[in-house]
Amino acid sequence: MVETIITDVLVVGAGLAGERAAIEASSYGHDVIMLSLVPPRRSHSAAAQGGMQASFGNSAMGLGDNPDIHFADTVKGSDWGADQDRVRLFCDLAPVAARQMAHWGIPWNRVVAGKKKLPKDGSWIEDSKENEGLITARDFGGVAKWRCCYTSDGTGHTLLYTMDNVTVKLGIKMHDRIEAISLIHDNGTCYGVVARNLRNGEIRVYLARSTIIATGGAGRLYGMMSTNAVISEGMGQAICLDTGIVPLGNMEAVQFHPTGLAHVSILMTEGARGDGGYLLDKDMHRFMPEYEPKKAELASRDVVSRRMVEHMRKGLGIQESGDHFLWLDVRHLGKEHLETNLRDVTELARDFVGVDPVTELVPVRPTQHYTMGGIRTNIDGAADGLKGLYACGEAACWDMHGFNRLGGNSVAETVVAGMIVGRKVAEHLEGYEVSYPTHVIRDAVAKQEDRINRLVKCSDGKENCYEVSAVMSEILEKRVHIFRQGPDLEKAVSELQEVYARSLKIGLKSNGVGVDPELAQALKIPGLVRMALCVAYGALMRTESRGSHYREDYPSRDDKNWLKRTLAFWPQKADLPELKYGEIVITESQPGDRGYGESARKE
Amino acid sequence: MQEYQLEEYPGLNLYIALNKIREEQDSSLQFDFVCRAGICGSCAMVINGRPGLACKTLVSTLPKTITLNPLPVFKLVGDLSVDTGTWFREMAQRAGSWIHTDKEFDPEAVEERMSNEQALEIYELERCIECGCCVASCGTANMREDFMGAAGLNRIARFMIDPRDQRDGSDYFEVVGSDDGAFGCMGLMACDDICPKDLPLQSQLARVRRAMAKAAFAPKKKVAF
Repeated sequence: MVETIITDVLVVGAGLAGERAAIEASSYGHDVIMLSLVPPRRSHSAAAQGGMQASFGNSAMGLGDNPDIHFADTVKGSDWGADQDRVRLFCDLAPVAARQMAHWGIPWNRVVAGKKKLPKDGSWIEDSKENEGLITARDFGGVAKWRCCYTSDGTGHTLLYTMDNVTVKLGIKMHDRIEAISLIHDNGTCYGVVARNLRNGEIRVYLARSTIIATGGAGRLYGMMSTNAVISEGMGQAICLDTGIVPLGNMEAVQFHPTGLAHVSILMTEGARGDGGYLLDKDMHRFMPEYEPKKAELASRDVVSRRMVEHMRKGLGIQESGDHFLWLDVRHLGKEHLETNLRDVTELARDFVGVDPVTELVPVRPTQHYTMGGIRTNIDGAADGLKGLYACGEAACWDMHGFNRLGGNSVAETVVAGMIVGRKVAEHLEGYEVSYPTHVIRDAVAKQEDRINRLVKCSDGKENCYEVSAVMSEILEKRVHIFRQGPDLEKAVSELQEVYARSLKIGLKSNGVGVDPELAQALKIPGLVRMALCVAYGALMRTESRGSHYREDYPSRDDKNWLKRTLAFWPQKADLPELKYGEIVITESQPGDRGYGESARKE
Repeated sequence: MQEYQLEEYPGLNLYIALNKIREEQDSSLQFDFVCRAGICGSCAMVINGRPGLACKTLVSTLPKTITLNPLPVFKLVGDLSVDTGTWFREMAQRAGSWIHTDKEFDPEAVEERMSNEQALEIYELERCIECGCCVASCGTANMREDFMGAAGLNRIARFMIDPRDQRDGSDYFEVVGSDDGAFGCMGLMACDDICPKDLPLQSQLARVRRAMAKAAFAPKKKVAF
């Protein structure tokens, strides 16, 4: 028998959402173990830059803000695709969560009293003496009030370090360099995971009364053309999909961030535009106000990304060194502002493309950034299909983002949902006992050991895992992008089915001994291609445009037929997901006009 | 030492280069990248004799022959991969790397005020990405297994300046008032020179040492900075 570790709560993924859930469950006295691919502070949460939305209303441009306005912005942003009961819970709790982070040590930027001139339009604002020293906020896309709390442009870093400090303080067990490669489940109950130790290649079993998946997004399905970290492959979602009974919600809802740094796809925070940056075309013309008179550069991300591509299609972008881009101009914000409030962005541009934003224009283009879809859960974070399985953060389709997430709502979701889901798990465990069926565990391990043996011996073929994943990414990048069309999507689906067949014939060049990074990759690929098929097939079947999902052949939102959530299942032996559809919870706000984007244009 | 040959092109950095080697020449090669944007600190290695982040090192800035070694001090996982995670977690435990306070969080209460200036000062030190370059380049850390390194002393300084932390000089003295802490440094200051995030490590050492000196003379009083 392989090494087996038993705990009350197993958290897979040690970014912000997983750590917050672990802290909450631990505070109820449960034994918690966290698994992480990497040391927890390397998690992709650390790369979040701009901030966390919480409706304090402390800053001059945030005065009068409250959870109701945050709710309205978020639901509009989602193009009415979000579950409104979750959005309500989230908006009410976001300020509490942000204050708790302050209590735990995050150095939020604070209100400084006095008059300030806005670089965007030269107008003056005044922060009051009364609010001095309270948590301040910056402007972000798709919002009515300045609500994005921040620490310079390293918000994810400080949040994650603060959160991880708390896990150290509480002595929560952290098993890093461990990868979950399958769920252990039987008869509708989840018992834990089979995992591979990335320090020595050994297989381990983790058994838990509750398992929380918090593995983040799946941006790397788009390969190098994503702002996401290389570990953001979506393995948490993939092992859930693999059960055949846990569905992934809305995988076709993929966010493209307007300002990925050209050539290297590194994020340039929305805060750069929030603080007053412009987008310029090849003629140095600021084009966004013509498309979006009300919000200009600060419409929601789906809208700004579409307008940028539309503008580039008119031949007004810049083509250089094999990339196609527009300019981000932040020079007028001044050296001091750029080197304090936008410090990371300034360093990234200097280090990675050799451009100094203080004096030069930054090349940017829309780039895959966020996975709105994920493991479908109820409002408590309990996954559909398996008792004892939970999910939170980007890995989940809890679903407060619907078809487009607002900037600053993702880190906010991680800490709020982590808190809620951790608490619900703790409550669920009161009086809940499980018996671990040994044959199920043995079979689950044997299945993974068999896969590994077959890969090492090339029993099914000699396909190269790196080539297969590169082809998958190319198909998504080419055919399932910002603008989508039926014929393209049909091709994407059939091409991905071919890739899927190839993924089942992967064989290793290496010997599979020890850590073997090729084996780690090879084990993932079939699961990732299944997810890619959920994205492409979901997009093909959804014959409307909503949020980030834009069909050129169906350009309008169709509430009559499509006000519903895609639920993708992967039946055993299938080569295409089975799509079902679920209800969207509408409690307060009936579908209407977003006030920006295509619907506003028609007026 | 294994050798590989690779064709250079404009913009090629060590992140892309190492991945190309793994995908095309040696599928067993181990190294660590996560954000590939200089933010997460995973990819520190010794590049032609100098610790640095591989992801933001352009091949064009190096001579034709590039020698890469894993960081010293940290336990080797394999090839260029070292276990910084365990080292830094142990450091965090030793340093008590969290806000020590007897105040309970009150979800109903308005947050405690702080000047923006003070927040920025804390942020400046909070920017450490735990890459390990300062530890790998440290003479003392290479000889003394238990030395906290510049990253550890910087962490202590970060909490010393935080008004929310109630520890006083004598509390910190117990943690860093020895040769494994503030007094182990030989003053070579490679850490300050090499830090990829340009943290002011030299001045933080001085800050911690000043505080220790004060604490040694007046161990019961709260140290002012």
